[in-house]
Amino acid sequence: MNENWLKKIDWLILPLIGAMVCIGLWHAVAGKKTYVLKTPASGLEEMHAGLVQALPNGEEVWKKVKPLVAEGKTEQVKSFANGTKIWEAVEPFVEEKRVGLIAALPNVGEAWQSSKPYIAEPFAKRGELDQGILRFTWLSLILVAKGYTLALLIGTPIGFFLGLSKSFTKMTDPIIQVLRPVSPLAWLPLGMVLFLGAGKNASELAALFTIAICAMWPTVLNTAVGVRAIPQDYLNVAKVLKLSRWKTLTKVMIPATLPYMFTGFRLSLGIAWLVIVAAEMLTGRPGVGGFLWQEYNALIYEHIILCILTIGIVGFALDRLMSVVERRFKTA
Amino acid sequence: MSNYVELSKLNKTYPSPKGPQVIVKDFDLNIQKGEFVTLIGHSGCGKSTVLSMLAGLNEITDGGIILAGRELSGAGPDRGVVFQSPSLLPWMTAFENVMLGVEQVFYTASKEERREIVEYYLTVVGLGDAMHKKPAELSQGMRQRVGIARAFALKPKMLLLDEPFGMLDSLTRYELQQVLIELWRKNKITALMVTHDVDEALFLSDRIVCMTDGPEAEVGDILHVNFPRPRERKAVMEHPDYYKLREHLIEFLEVHAHRKDSMTPVNSKPYPPVSAKTKEAELIPV
Repeated sequence: MNENWLKKIDWLILPLIGAMVCIGLWHAVAGKKTYVLKTPASGLEEMHAGLVQALPNGEEVWKKVKPLVAEGKTEQVKSFANGTKIWEAVEPFVEEKRVGLIAALPNVGEAWQSSKPYIAEPFAKRGELDQGILRFTWLSLILVAKGYTLALLIGTPIGFFLGLSKSFTKMTDPIIQVLRPVSPLAWLPLGMVLFLGAGKNASELAALFTIAICAMWPTVLNTAVGVRAIPQDYLNVAKVLKLSRWKTLTKVMIPATLPYMFTGFRLSLGIAWLVIVAAEMLTGRPGVGGFLWQEYNALIYEHIILCILTIGIVGFALDRLMSVVERRFKTA
Repeated sequence: MSNYVELSKLNKTYPSPKGPQVIVKDFDLNIQKGEFVTLIGHSGCGKSTVLSMLAGLNEITDGGIILAGRELSGAGPDRGVVFQSPSLLPWMTAFENVMLGVEQVFYTASKEERREIVEYYLTVVGLGDAMHKKPAELSQGMRQRVGIARAFALKPKMLLLDEPFGMLDSLTRYELQQVLIELWRKNKITALMVTHDVDEALFLSDRIVCMTDGPEAEVGDILHVNFPRPRERKAVMEHPDYYKLREHLIEFLEVHAHRKDSMTPVNSKPYPPVSAKTKEAELIPV
């Protein structure tokens, strides 16, 4: 009975365990603050290493003693050997120090403390690059929405042509295969160059260009596969009924391709969200990615973790949303 | 009486690595107006190829087809096709599937008239209550009923049926044969059906054309079936000629099954070609 009950909620327990392990690992390697006592005279330690650190070695003694011997002042030599002149009494002071496997990595508590104002007031705007986390997310989402729409508008027709025409496929396939693996980080500078003339809008246009060109490939390829997979039966129906080209497209081909298209749309959205962060980092636009990069430069490492988590959660939510839509079309 | 449909010297060849392969060779067939003709033969003998050339779905390599005095080129809604798989568009309801064709053919009719046509045919095939369901919600038999309604609703010059009941269980098949023959009688449509079911051919047809085995399939034998119409299954099966014709057909099919297979002894019949025979034995006392 007990086991049964456990099995029923393992969908909740197991992910929780996974998350705990992850956070535990993070905490284990993260640094934390400690305080160490230090004395300003510690410089002496550098000079004297050895079993009895305060004891000068022969060479040192000879260097000091030589002039004294020449002048015949033996008393002072003695006092030096006792060390009274060097060991002055000083107040020790406390210094902050980070320790841990990765000392610079903020731990869970620090990350939470530092991120709290950004989460508690998610829509606050304190400055261009100091805004609530949801406000940043919103800015990023708007940019993604624009670039993603562009990707779909360009990618879907290209995919359709690829699916319909073998010659077009042969013509463009090498280009696609070469352009597809290019990283967003590589496209962005090109985008900046392309839109140099746009002045103030250059960075936004470059970001849109990068998102569109990186995100459209899954849409292109899945649509093409979908068009090729339209059952001959459906096309025969269109032929027998002598449907016009337009009607064949809208009543038969597009509905038959929709499930494939939506798989492509879902994958494209994932990539668009990946690209936004890179684009914002390089252009310094306000948004989750821009914030992340700025806080890295400002040495506020806690906020990097906040941004990573936000990006992950938003990406996950977008993917879920799209698969709900996708499933709706699958059953059709 | 002049021929309504003329298939003359019909040829179909496919290119293959070993040179062109002849599937159908010099196929000649004339069909009278209002006649129900069945093409029967083994799987792969090219009978479906002939039908799809007539439907315009398969290009004619050589020869020609004349329908109602005009040579055919390409597909068109003047020939209603019932496919083996119902080929309904799964994102449309039964009603919308039939309407798709009706809109094409009766584009001058008003919206109301078109709706009436669609509803009439769906009701006649027995889907009056299910016409707004999607194909996924319908049984295989009901889907094929939609397929039949779609073909008839176009008021075509000719009906083409490509093993329309091949995917159905025998009970459903008998029901649908009844639906089909009644619609055919009311509409007086010239029909060509492809099947490998001997009983189906005998029940529905005026004439049965036996095709020799492919490749290079041609007309092997033509049988006239003169059972009185309208036909009742029971009356047809009790007709004195029924078993004589049936034997004749089966014999033809068996001879051609073994024609090229000289390794098989003539006496043994490892694969009885009439699949419906055993099923029918259970169902005869209907």
